[in-house]
Amino acid sequence: MMPMSYFIGLSILMFAMGILGVLLRRNPLIVFMSLELMFNSANLLFVAFSAYHHVLDGQLFVFFVMTTAAAEVAVGLALIVAIFKAKRTIDLDQMSSLKG
Amino acid sequence: MSLGSILLYGLLGVVVAISGIGLITSRNAIYGALFLVLNFITVALLYIALGAPFIALAQVTVYAGSIMVLFLFVIMLLGAEQLPIAEPIRGQRILAILLFVAFLAEMALFVMLRGSPVVAGAPITPDFSTPATMGTLLFEQYLLPFEMTAGVLLAATVGAVFLTRSPRPERKSALPEAQQAGKESS
Repeated sequence: MMPMSYFIGLSILMFAMGILGVLLRRNPLIVFMSLELMFNSANLLFVAFSAYHHVLDGQLFVFFVMTTAAAEVAVGLALIVAIFKAKRTIDLDQMSSLKG
Repeated sequence: MSLGSILLYGLLGVVVAISGIGLITSRNAIYGALFLVLNFITVALLYIALGAPFIALAQVTVYAGSIMVLFLFVIMLLGAEQLPIAEPIRGQRILAILLFVAFLAEMALFVMLRGSPVVAGAPITPDFSTPATMGTLLFEQYLLPFEMTAGVLLAATVGAVFLTRSPRPERKSALPEAQQAGKESS
């Protein structure tokens, strides 16, 4: 099997790219997809540690993360659609109605 | 460890990196979504290599399948493929790069200061993570989280429907009055 550092490095890489996507992009859909990338990197670490320690619970946590991410995506996309209906734009910089 | 497996893992890592970079740099959101699908499928291959076939297939069907279809559907519905390039918040880019570098520094510190490296035990056997063992663990030890997840999914579905419904055109309350008015006039 590959050394654990390979999976840790790959996971850090994916999480870092997700952070860059969330911080730099202003299209909320790309921001959401970057969030999914970060979920994915955490899942990869879960599965890798589960295989290295021979504990199956890590894989079940990935299962729960997947279902929760599906719920989060459904609500998030519904929010984006609702915001688009109200404001006719989904640029993140335009969503500043609560700004003092 | 053989040269072939090093090459395979290296190739998978490169594909993961390239698809991630493609996601955050693509101007068109559709291309970003397709890059993310590629990323998910590559990570699913890594799951198979780690001896987790059930999670790998769930990744392909749930993530690369349904969630990304939902994303593509919303992107095309809103016509949000390309947002007009507007002036970003002042200093946002610099701040983002700073936070990114801070995260990388933290991770480098973690990797360097970590105690003893993780020692892999015996290679996992094929019957370590079959759907049967996963299901047994899920329905015996994790039954309550499983039911709560079902509740969360139901709440999310109802919430999504509630959020995106169009406002009712007030016809039901207006109709009887109009009928009554029609009766009175006749």
